Amino acid sequence: MLKTIAVRIVLGIITLWAVSILIFAATEILPGDVASAILGQGATPETLAVFRHELGLDRPAYVRYLEWFFNALHGDLGIAMTNKRVIVDVITPRFMNTLFLAGYAALIAVPTSVVLGIIAAINEGKFIDRFVNIVSLMTISVPEFFIAYVLILYFAVQFEIFPSLSTVFPEMGFIEKIYTTALPAFTLTMLVMAHMLRMTRTSVLSIMSQPYIEMAFLKGLTRSQVIVRHALPNAAAPIISVIALNLAYLIVGVVVIEVVFVYPGVGQFMVDGVTKRDLPVVQACGLIFAGAFVGLNTIADVLAIMVNPRLRHPR
Amino acid sequence: MKLFGYKPTATAWLGLAIITIFIVIAVFADVIAPYSESESVGQTWDDPSWDFLLGTDNIGRDMLSRLIYGARMTIGVALVTTILSFLIGTTAGFLAAVGGTVIDQILSRIVDVMLSIPLLIFALIILSVFGSSIVTLVLTLAVLDSTRVFRLARAVATNLVVMEYVEAAKLRGEGLWWIMRREILPNALPPMISEFGLRFCFNFLFVASLSFLGLGIQPPYADWGGMVRDNGKAISFGLPAPLWPALAIAMMTVGVNLVVDWILSINSRPSGASAEM
Repeated sequence: MLKTIAVRIVLGIITLWAVSILIFAATEILPGDVASAILGQGATPETLAVFRHELGLDRPAYVRYLEWFFNALHGDLGIAMTNKRVIVDVITPRFMNTLFLAGYAALIAVPTSVVLGIIAAINEGKFIDRFVNIVSLMTISVPEFFIAYVLILYFAVQFEIFPSLSTVFPEMGFIEKIYTTALPAFTLTMLVMAHMLRMTRTSVLSIMSQPYIEMAFLKGLTRSQVIVRHALPNAAAPIISVIALNLAYLIVGVVVIEVVFVYPGVGQFMVDGVTKRDLPVVQACGLIFAGAFVGLNTIADVLAIMVNPRLRHPR
Repeated sequence: MKLFGYKPTATAWLGLAIITIFIVIAVFADVIAPYSESESVGQTWDDPSWDFLLGTDNIGRDMLSRLIYGARMTIGVALVTTILSFLIGTTAGFLAAVGGTVIDQILSRIVDVMLSIPLLIFALIILSVFGSSIVTLVLTLAVLDSTRVFRLARAVATNLVVMEYVEAAKLRGEGLWWIMRREILPNALPPMISEFGLRFCFNFLFVASLSFLGLGIQPPYADWGGMVRDNGKAISFGLPAPLWPALAIAMMTVGVNLVVDWILSINSRPSGASAEM
């Protein structure tokens, strides 16, 4: 088992390295010239040359890549083009904020969706199952900002329970932070819950057709006993990997939500960077998001290996 | 009433109705819209009235007219993106399945790496370099989305390549392109069609999200995502202005999803079983 896991982790690291090349390539070597793309058509050759030198674009691409990559490994993500600030200093507190929001949402979403999924599976075909199904289908198909604005309209404007803007400061207390970020956390929760819930329901139901489940029924156990004691442990593997995958989506879903609620996280920082065409900032944010995404995907696979006996002892 | 030999379910009819209405609106926007796309005709966020059925937006343009013109832009961009993405994705996917191990390995590994970066993040990175004109937007999204299409096309095609009739075509001496077009494509079509609907939904939401972030379709064109962004502040005054375009987006995706569900249920049904429905 350790070998399988080790292989998976090494694979994750290789992926991350390949991703770093891709991010770098996408921003620097794609057809067209970054300097002229940023300065526009009206730039004179002299300004272009100066700008290229400033960006270091007059050196070969692989040299710049290696430099960028090793600096990033040492925790140096470069300097923002627009305001000349050190990116790491700006991004670290923002990254903490993003993690806080994502973790908050995950803490609500994971238990709720697993429990609701099991309830739906127990009551398969009944009203509650259909209701949960329809609601989760709807949250999958509507855009995230729709959910966000509906929540704001009701909870922030009409009933004034939560604030509509989630500006947090480092000095804020924990409870206050939880309260301020309640709406974005709820929105994120609704975004990722549907998928996890449906997967929990399907994995539990797919196991229900197994012979040992029939045996359990014939022993005289009730439906809920059979599901919780016999079906759930065997459905755990797919559920766990879906949860980890959804946490990876959570990290990305955060971008739009942060913009809606003006939450100071990496997502908003990245969107700002893209608007101002601040390449080092975009590269740094891209690397962080991709890193989190690859990391969570790797964790998902490792967990799946650890939970599934067949993968644990590969032939 | 039947469609392509199958009887749509009630929910499928609902979906078809929504899609048809939205497409008619998009095509005949000039005729239907009471005002023009960019003309200020009222105050900021006027209440709905007989003159402005859904009120006005942040700079006094008629909300309903903007929604009608927005349909053209938002649906159009998503549709073109999806078609392009399918052209690239299926061609590459079939090529990987038919063209031998080397081509397959090269294409698959490239796609693997591209899939390990979240789409939104990747799109943001590329748009930061090229800026977002409609052409770069469509091209970027199409190329990124085609990685998803590639996976399905390749999976479907690898199952078909081992069939006798493909073998026969190869022995006949038919070329790669001919085999892909005449043997693989017709047989791969059913799963690809429902995938088309799903990818359209995805791209549609994706374009809307990017526009909402201010990085998608740019003004003066009306588009639903951008309209949500423009009118976002109205919500803190308790005005529903940003909800109209957001609702339009939601309705469109729900409509397409309903139809896709129906198509999927046809495909999964054993052939002939539809006669009793």
